[in-house]
Amino acid sequence: MTQGTAEALRLSNITKRFGDLTANDAVSFSVDEGEVVALLGENGAGKTTLMNILFGQYTPDSGTVEVFGETLPAGNSRAALDAGVGMVHQHFTLADNMTVQENITLGVRPLLSLGLERAAARKRIVELSERFHLAVSPDARVGSLSVGERQRVEILKALYRDVRILILDEPTAVLTPQEADDLFSTLKQAIANGLSVIFISHKLHEVMAIADRVVVLRHGKVVGGVRTADTDTHALAAMMMGSQAEPPEIAPGKAGEALVELRGVSTPDIGNAPGLKAIDLTLYAGQICGLAGVSGNGQAALADLVGGMQSAARGEMILYGNVLHGWSARQAVHNGIARIPEDRHKTGTIADFDLTENAILERYNGAPFSRRGWLDWGRARRFAEEIIEKFDVRCPGPETRIRLLSGGNMQKLILGRVLEAQPRIILANQPVRGLDIGAVNYVHRQLLDARDRGAAVLLISEDLDEIMALADVIHVIADGRLSPAFGRGEMTPAELGIWMSGQGFGAGSYHAA
Amino acid sequence: MDIIEILFTASFWAAAIRIATPLIFATLGELICERAGVLNLGIEGIMVAGAFAGWMAVYSGTGLWVGVAVAMGVGMLFGLVHALLTVPFGLSQHVVGLGVTLLATSSTYYAYRLALPEVTNPPKIAAFQPYEIPVLSEIPLLGPALFSQTPFTYLAFVLVAVVALVLYRTPVGLAVRAVGENPAAVAAQGLSVTAIRMGAVIVGSGFMAMGGAFLTMSAFDSFFFEMVNGRGWICIALVVFGSWRPGKALLGAILFAAFDALQIRVQQTGFGAEFPYQIFLMMPYFLSILALVAMSRRAEVPAALMVPFNKGER
Repeated sequence: MTQGTAEALRLSNITKRFGDLTANDAVSFSVDEGEVVALLGENGAGKTTLMNILFGQYTPDSGTVEVFGETLPAGNSRAALDAGVGMVHQHFTLADNMTVQENITLGVRPLLSLGLERAAARKRIVELSERFHLAVSPDARVGSLSVGERQRVEILKALYRDVRILILDEPTAVLTPQEADDLFSTLKQAIANGLSVIFISHKLHEVMAIADRVVVLRHGKVVGGVRTADTDTHALAAMMMGSQAEPPEIAPGKAGEALVELRGVSTPDIGNAPGLKAIDLTLYAGQICGLAGVSGNGQAALADLVGGMQSAARGEMILYGNVLHGWSARQAVHNGIARIPEDRHKTGTIADFDLTENAILERYNGAPFSRRGWLDWGRARRFAEEIIEKFDVRCPGPETRIRLLSGGNMQKLILGRVLEAQPRIILANQPVRGLDIGAVNYVHRQLLDARDRGAAVLLISEDLDEIMALADVIHVIADGRLSPAFGRGEMTPAELGIWMSGQGFGAGSYHAA
Repeated sequence: MDIIEILFTASFWAAAIRIATPLIFATLGELICERAGVLNLGIEGIMVAGAFAGWMAVYSGTGLWVGVAVAMGVGMLFGLVHALLTVPFGLSQHVVGLGVTLLATSSTYYAYRLALPEVTNPPKIAAFQPYEIPVLSEIPLLGPALFSQTPFTYLAFVLVAVVALVLYRTPVGLAVRAVGENPAAVAAQGLSVTAIRMGAVIVGSGFMAMGGAFLTMSAFDSFFFEMVNGRGWICIALVVFGSWRPGKALLGAILFAAFDALQIRVQQTGFGAEFPYQIFLMMPYFLSILALVAMSRRAEVPAALMVPFNKGER
């Protein structure tokens, strides 16, 4: 799809450090007009930092950015925008309480001009959204839109400003496979009109599908650049991961007795988050049950229910064969349910507590960590040291405040905390989000080991690849409704995608929000 | 006199509008700050400073409107202090706000003593006089209540409309609202979060000072230390009551003022004589709390209120 040889963008020797961490190390590459370059790399490889420098949100320690031959002033988003660079951030930069049109027109007209010329702006937005098949109403409040729609708003925001270079930071991470396909067809149309695109991703098949050329980053350095026509996914994976071994083959689990049964369970909607709608789910010992779905479709409700943060409004929950009456987080812990929470910073740990304190958070209130109302810090400290040793938590010692640990090490501490209690049921909610490949493999190994010891694992993830690799049975959740159980290898990603988008559920039980 | 009867007298409503005016100015000022994501607890002190500055300027020989401008300027200076500490430095908005209130109040005392060292009774100035708007002021009930006020009061009502127009119909208003909802979105569009927030705090503080100036330049004609008397804190509640919207905040200010005017009058009835007068003094606050509970359930707080923004932080 390359049209000419005119160079749209050139990054030269960009270096950026955060404290001791070198996020980008003398990175150089260029993008031609109408070309799609994929920036490929693991989490923490420095892709997002690099793009934030290009877009003027970070100031590089050294190096220059040239757009159509002109050097951009460092750390100035305005200049980047004026030069025709647009960016769709991984975490959208939209104001939820404002309308689509307000978000798109923000900052386009000079601040001190009178009037917003709302009619003209509206006309242009409608035109653009029709031309590029980005269906979204200008008057809708952004907070009421789905994630896919919000992304369309972000892209419209860029198109509205006549971008010539569009940066997309992991655009498909939050989309269903079908939504991702729509995104790609929109992009192809824009590219045919001369738009240059930098596409950040760690999904190889996407990169192969859309990019003309791939630049691979590892530990902040460019380790390779190839045309997609001259390579394949295996070669790219090797380049991206360096010497890292491929994830091990996973043997299927052996199902034992049913440990948790949910029968017709419903929970109320909370704000925009849908509750559960009469779901049936059984978790068997020795099996990993994967819950696939686009975020915000009831995963939180199910996790809260199993983790004891919420009880069922209707239906019954059966634990180890007994129908539950009354259910709380404390009971969940006492009944051997291990919880790896979705947000390890917010609900998993207390940032300014040290590792010892965080290690006993769930069990401080009883033997062996407290006796007759007094905490036994010696025991607690030995427990923390045990976890650090066994789970390879890299840290100066148990008195380190946990906020200073990397995400991977924090997650290892949480894993140790819950797995040391030999739980029979494990609730793993997004256990590898934001971790690097080494930590991901480690966490997965631990979950598989726990499964082989006979634990029932409920694995909630937005990463379909993760679910398909680990889970023995898969359920899809959409708008609070749960699909039937699918066995390992029974469904293709596309088929699961149909369920994820909410189709596939019988029309009778369908009631949209 | 019966309560119902009171509600149908023009003098009651005229008093309500008069009491509401300083609240309208200061509430608008706070609303602008909060819409931009900054809670300004300096409001109480800035009102005291404004009350003194406007009065002192007129006492020193300037015209009344120049006095209003001086008050606004002094308010904007304290706003600049607040904005510098809370926006680029990102300090706690609670602590800075209370600090600004203490600073503004005490430096007012200091300035008063410097300017009038030997005075026991503060001097009077020629304050704003009521101006009856032709034709409109002859409407029964409404005329004497709304259209026989001082020009300073009319300015308050004009300002409500202007603030609403700017917030909802101009690019700068859009930017102010967005910066209070999601500063990252504003930065991503190439605008300066710092400049927009500081501007909003400075202008808002100017309006707060005008509210204070109304007390010494229109409601009364002299300056007393206790005259602001917690009105600033009421305005913070009124912003919530008004769901951060200028029109609803105006209604809230008038409602509170009406309660206040009503309690003074009920005290003087035979019914009122049977109770300790403190009960009546309490009523406007008590009823405001009830109204707040009822109204603010659905209020939409600016999502980034009190959230500092640091560019390039991770």
